Amino acid sequence: MKYMTINNRKVAFDDEKNVLSVLRKAGINLPTFCYHSELSTYGACRMCVVEDDRGRIFASCSETPRDGMVIYTNTPKLQHHRKMIIELLLASHCRDCTTCHANGTCELRQLALQLGVSYVRFKNYKEQVPIDETSPSIVIDQNKCILCGDCVRTCEEIQGIGVFDFAYRGSKMKVTPAFNRKMSETDCVGCGQCRLVCPTGAITIKTNFRPVWEALADKNTRVVAQIAPAVRVAIGDKFGLEKGRNAIGKLSAALRMMGFDEVYDTNLGADITVIEEAKEFVERLEKNENLPLFTSCCPGWVKFCENKHPEMAKHISTCRSPQSMFGAIIKEEARCNPKDERKTMVVSIMPCTAKKGEILRPEHYDDGEPVVDYVLTTSEVSRMIKEAGMDLSQITPEALDMPFGIASGAAAIFGVTGGVTEAVIRHVVGDSTSATLADISNIGVRGTAQVKEFEVTVGDRDVKIAVVHGLKAADELLTKMEKGEVYYDFVEVMACKRGCIAGGGQPLPFGPRTKNARYKGLYKIDSKSQIKISQDNPIVMNMYDTILKGKEHKLLHNQK
Amino acid sequence: MLDKSYYEKADEIIAQHGAEQKALIPIIQDIQNEYRYLPPELLSYVAGKIGISEAKAFSVATFYENFSFDPKGKYVIKVCDGTACHVRNSLSVLDRLYTELGLSKDKVTTDDMLFTLETVSCLGACGLAPVMMINEDVYPAMTPDKAAEVIRKLREEA
Repeated sequence: MKYMTINNRKVAFDDEKNVLSVLRKAGINLPTFCYHSELSTYGACRMCVVEDDRGRIFASCSETPRDGMVIYTNTPKLQHHRKMIIELLLASHCRDCTTCHANGTCELRQLALQLGVSYVRFKNYKEQVPIDETSPSIVIDQNKCILCGDCVRTCEEIQGIGVFDFAYRGSKMKVTPAFNRKMSETDCVGCGQCRLVCPTGAITIKTNFRPVWEALADKNTRVVAQIAPAVRVAIGDKFGLEKGRNAIGKLSAALRMMGFDEVYDTNLGADITVIEEAKEFVERLEKNENLPLFTSCCPGWVKFCENKHPEMAKHISTCRSPQSMFGAIIKEEARCNPKDERKTMVVSIMPCTAKKGEILRPEHYDDGEPVVDYVLTTSEVSRMIKEAGMDLSQITPEALDMPFGIASGAAAIFGVTGGVTEAVIRHVVGDSTSATLADISNIGVRGTAQVKEFEVTVGDRDVKIAVVHGLKAADELLTKMEKGEVYYDFVEVMACKRGCIAGGGQPLPFGPRTKNARYKGLYKIDSKSQIKISQDNPIVMNMYDTILKGKEHKLLHNQK
Repeated sequence: MLDKSYYEKADEIIAQHGAEQKALIPIIQDIQNEYRYLPPELLSYVAGKIGISEAKAFSVATFYENFSFDPKGKYVIKVCDGTACHVRNSLSVLDRLYTELGLSKDKVTTDDMLFTLETVSCLGACGLAPVMMINEDVYPAMTPDKAAEVIRKLREEA
């Protein structure tokens, strides 16, 4: 064991990769803008500076811990230093804090307050540039960028895309896509992971709640909400509910009070996805063609595959995503019921910014009409609830509406990496005894490893499966597959690390502990659910005999 | 889309340096030497070939003042405005050249693609101040009149 002295106290350390980690382990939470444990160390923001016994000042994030180090973290010199850095960052930063979308989550503003910056001495000479709203998922406001590079490294190192990088230099430096392109002209998949790490309002969600408010107030519009699995374990964050707690009942009540006419569960769409995807998989297995099958639930992944591995895109399942299947059913139901003269509008409540782009794609239209009209992220709905003067913690939970309000536990776990696969395996195996379910959960499908590989016996065949999350890991896996180094029959990909629970539209801030709580929350919903397998969902099976009869292909699969 | 020959040339240059990330700068320098500017299409092409994002390649190319995405004239004039040249009145030389060539800070290349006028921060020849360079040739101890004369001669030659 090695030791260092931090603020006159002896602290043991082991193999921490930098001094900052040792400090945080010792309970001293130095501020950082550019440091994220999952990303490479950049050392640019200088907020984590510390002083040693010789008066040397250095950034703790980029210093390797050494035995016998003597470190001070809060000397007057350091206090002065940090305050000055904040002042300089604010010097060229937009100061419209009251109207900023990151108001309340902005780390820059929080630190300015924490460090007692009450006045900025410097005038902002930075050239103001127009806001880029061309992406359906995120909005880029470079005037609020502090050049921490978090988005640059997230996009490159986690997602393997590299939409932006630093360009130009000195006072002209900025973070921008190549050739100053607009976001809509880049390979951005809309996952919104950059928005999660952005410490300011430079990257925010493209909001859609204004038109939804309009529709809610319109008597001639029937507004139907559907709630994605990962939303229910995150919506409580902004209202002081316990992290990871299932707040679907409270959310359902709040949505009704806001004026939604019907509130349903996207999990029902997930159940149908399981059945359709399993059907497609078994068919392909029997014919032994077009394998592997790639999952199609995650729009970030679908777009990534089309952009970067176009020749592999034919392996993507033809199944629509759960939100689209569900939207298509609602719209079809409305078409079959001409007595109701109201216009039907489907609003999806999603943890995801990429879903906003998905609904614009032509294959998610039926009869010239979008199957989903608007996607609202968990964050936007939190804001809407607050805007309406409600507090989720005080609302009495209400059940979802029927007939589309019952779903299996297998659908709930769609929100975590491995969930789709586990649900499909359960369906293919078709046995809901607890022993079988336990066997399936231990097969290697759960957990947070970047790539999970395992085999399942289907009929007389050993099926090779891979589950991957984070697009860079997916990219590497696909490259290996292209080279023929590995082979799989079924591959599940989720763009966001750990799955939808950490989606780009989830309420900020959240770190590893919250992610764990959400992860456990979804598995808890599954374990408490009476229906464990999608085909045991009575509503779904009934739908195959009624509304879906003869229309499975039209409503549930991509129209190309 | 550029003509096919551009991509063939780029392939040739990439082959010389190896399709590796670290070869980015030498590759784009050679491309710029070939065409007197760095065609943006080729920067994207090179990025794809050596396995880096376009944004990263753009980042490198914009960091260095030397790389230009705009086609340059046959004669690239670099007027030094470093400290030594500046105090010896390099700006009057620059102003005269702007008038003489009908150029400005925002329009740096003549329409006939003959001249491009740039300023540089130091040419490392302070003893010759104020100094300018045209392509590879150094012109020492410039005055506005001498500079105008050089331009007139080059025009005649062209």
